[in-house]
Amino acid sequence: MYELDRRTAIKWVLAASAALRLPSASFDALAAAPTAQGYGKDPNLMKAYAAGDLWPLTLTKEQRVTATALCDLIIPADDTSPAASSVGVVDFIDEWISAPYPEHAVDRKTVLDGLSQVETEAQRRFNTTFAKLSTQQMSTIADAIVTEPFFVRYRALTAGGFYTTPVGVRDLKYVGNVAMTTFEGPTQDVLKRLGLV
Amino acid sequence: MAMIRPDALKKEYDVIVVGSGAAGGQTAYTLTMDGAKVLMLEAGRNYVPETETPMFHTPDQAPLRGTSTPDKEFGFYDSTVDGGWEMPGEPYSSASADPEQRFWWWRARMLGGRTNHWGRISLRNGPYDFKPHSRDGLGFDWPIDYGDVAPYYDKVEMLIGVYGDNDGMENTPNSSPGVLLPPPKARAGELLIRQRAKKLGVPVIAAHRAVLTQKLDHTRLPKLLHPGNERAQQILAQHMRDRAACFWATDCGRGCSIRATYQSTTVHLPPAMSTGNLDIVTQAMVREVELDKRGLASGVVFIDKASGQEHRAKARVIVLAASACESVRIMLNSKSTRFPQGLANSSGKLGKYLMDTVGSPVSGQIPMLENLPPQNEDGAGGIHVYSPWWLYKDAGKLGFARGYHIEMGSGRRMPSVGSMGSMASFAGGYGRKLKEDMRRYYGSFIGLSGRGEMIPNENSYCEIDPGGKDKWGIPTLRFHWKWSDHETRQAVHMQKTFAAIIAEMGGKVMGKPELDGRKAIAPGGFIIHEIGGAIMGSDPKTSVVNQWLQSWDVKNLFVTDGAPFPSNADKNPTLTIMALAWRSADYMLQAMKRREL
Repeated sequence: MYELDRRTAIKWVLAASAALRLPSASFDALAAAPTAQGYGKDPNLMKAYAAGDLWPLTLTKEQRVTATALCDLIIPADDTSPAASSVGVVDFIDEWISAPYPEHAVDRKTVLDGLSQVETEAQRRFNTTFAKLSTQQMSTIADAIVTEPFFVRYRALTAGGFYTTPVGVRDLKYVGNVAMTTFEGPTQDVLKRLGLV
Repeated sequence: MAMIRPDALKKEYDVIVVGSGAAGGQTAYTLTMDGAKVLMLEAGRNYVPETETPMFHTPDQAPLRGTSTPDKEFGFYDSTVDGGWEMPGEPYSSASADPEQRFWWWRARMLGGRTNHWGRISLRNGPYDFKPHSRDGLGFDWPIDYGDVAPYYDKVEMLIGVYGDNDGMENTPNSSPGVLLPPPKARAGELLIRQRAKKLGVPVIAAHRAVLTQKLDHTRLPKLLHPGNERAQQILAQHMRDRAACFWATDCGRGCSIRATYQSTTVHLPPAMSTGNLDIVTQAMVREVELDKRGLASGVVFIDKASGQEHRAKARVIVLAASACESVRIMLNSKSTRFPQGLANSSGKLGKYLMDTVGSPVSGQIPMLENLPPQNEDGAGGIHVYSPWWLYKDAGKLGFARGYHIEMGSGRRMPSVGSMGSMASFAGGYGRKLKEDMRRYYGSFIGLSGRGEMIPNENSYCEIDPGGKDKWGIPTLRFHWKWSDHETRQAVHMQKTFAAIIAEMGGKVMGKPELDGRKAIAPGGFIIHEIGGAIMGSDPKTSVVNQWLQSWDVKNLFVTDGAPFPSNADKNPTLTIMALAWRSADYMLQAMKRREL
């Protein structure tokens, strides 16, 4: 349902939700997946992990610069919250594309090829690197690829990375994950707006 | 008695229970509370919810923000450890290369099994569900009826704690007065679904889930559950006092460190341990049941996974509660001159009539739910409402037999990489506009998921794979699977119905309703409601066990998990597994007292 996921996934997997206890990993990935180099079937769930703790990261210094600029084009700072890169989204994307699972290997190629394509375009159109472009110049490149698989995927990863940080969660005004003594259901205000009073 | 290593086994037990989940937990609970000495063998490791549950951990603390991987198929924080459809060293195979004929076998090798992770949805089978063949000529009737099981549904609900209402709907039984806990208030999206679904004749009522919306009444319930057994009452009262009520946060799939939901590890096993009558050996992979000269089960052979050593344990009664397919596997692997085709298989029905649940979902985006004021919608960590099957009167007119219920999700749930990534794809664009759109769309998606009945068929079964062995050298299972038109047509009905509900809400279906039933239906084994394989009946020629879940062939062998189900109603099987396990354990106790076992 709202745990919607990915381009290649079968429709019902797409629609699956954590709440309804269906997996979001695609079938093919499950079928092809060795469990070898990942965190295994019994990782420590209680400790906190950082990007790079479990497997080596991928992005070079140059690639990180491009990745940072693109993340911040997609999710820039505004009055409510800062830009994506300032809360570790580039680290997250690096962790993601470096993960030793089949599905992540697909994203690795998509992202690395895409970042390279973005740099090529920056050189071709403006004769400099992507990160040095103005927002307007970056946008001309983004607009040209906005429906392409790379951009769609990179945007999904950027948004997924940003809105799962405490900053992103606050931006969306998710107010759960706190213990309460009662559950009161929707407020009168909400009920009124939905025509449920 | 306690958690022990294999070298501390007693010479003989009253009962060996293989498995520690809903079936094993309930069986061992009932037996030990009444004084029987029980050995429980669990193939996985010990698991302690109080210290291992990542209750308030947030995605940013997890690898890949907690997103599912082949190692953790339901996400990093899912409680399942050493489990999944793919397990290293524990293969199974499919007889056909056709993906549609593949069966996906979920295992949870851990103390408590899949009860640590399950959805906590606790629905009773209704009167029709025990007599399906009598109603439409398909499948098999059960050798018992609703009235035989109803008292045990009450008992299990009182023991584990189930919220819900008594709505008095057709084939959706009420519980006895004073049994259910009050249901949580419905969330905004759930109320909107209810209002709009009603226009289509689809009822939406309180879900029934094993979550404590208030503390269990430790003064009243133990007396009702264990009349005349003061010690059992005292033990249970203490454990009921120790279980907290839900604090309205965190997804139940992570498990519950405050014991507010039913898990075998927090509800069944602690009081059973307190009796002093239960020994548990973990990492004990059972290979076979052995017979004595009289043809009775004498004990089991298991591999201690820690050492690789083979051990034997002995008991008067052997109970298999290892999950449907694993129990069947143990019996098929227990070959002898008396039972060359597998233990207790004189009928030839062992492994036959494997079933899962028909599953098919549709999701939608609902403009009315956009831009709602922030509110905490975590609730009871799962569904608050659902739709029971509502078209019993149309049986015979729908193009498929039987029916389904609808589980539904909505609301401002904890953001995840998957949900936020797809919301960004839905919003499109980038930059400040994207951020505004994310705020607007967050909380405006709903999901409707069907859970329907599968008719048992001759093409869906498991057998021993002649070429397969697991890492302990135990022969593995090979699966055959086929949906019939009843199931695929039902999946299409789900798709059309859910699309209509979303349209009635003024929303937009994500993607398109799938009208090809073979594509709309989740693959076999994916709903993880597999049951059958050792079906119960009233005739030893056509069934493996009797109504007491007792083998026709070997009278001191019982199977108390889902394997004996001769049909798989749309109701999630766990509650019925527990009710039948309790009933079976009561029978064992009586038979042992009469020296029949």
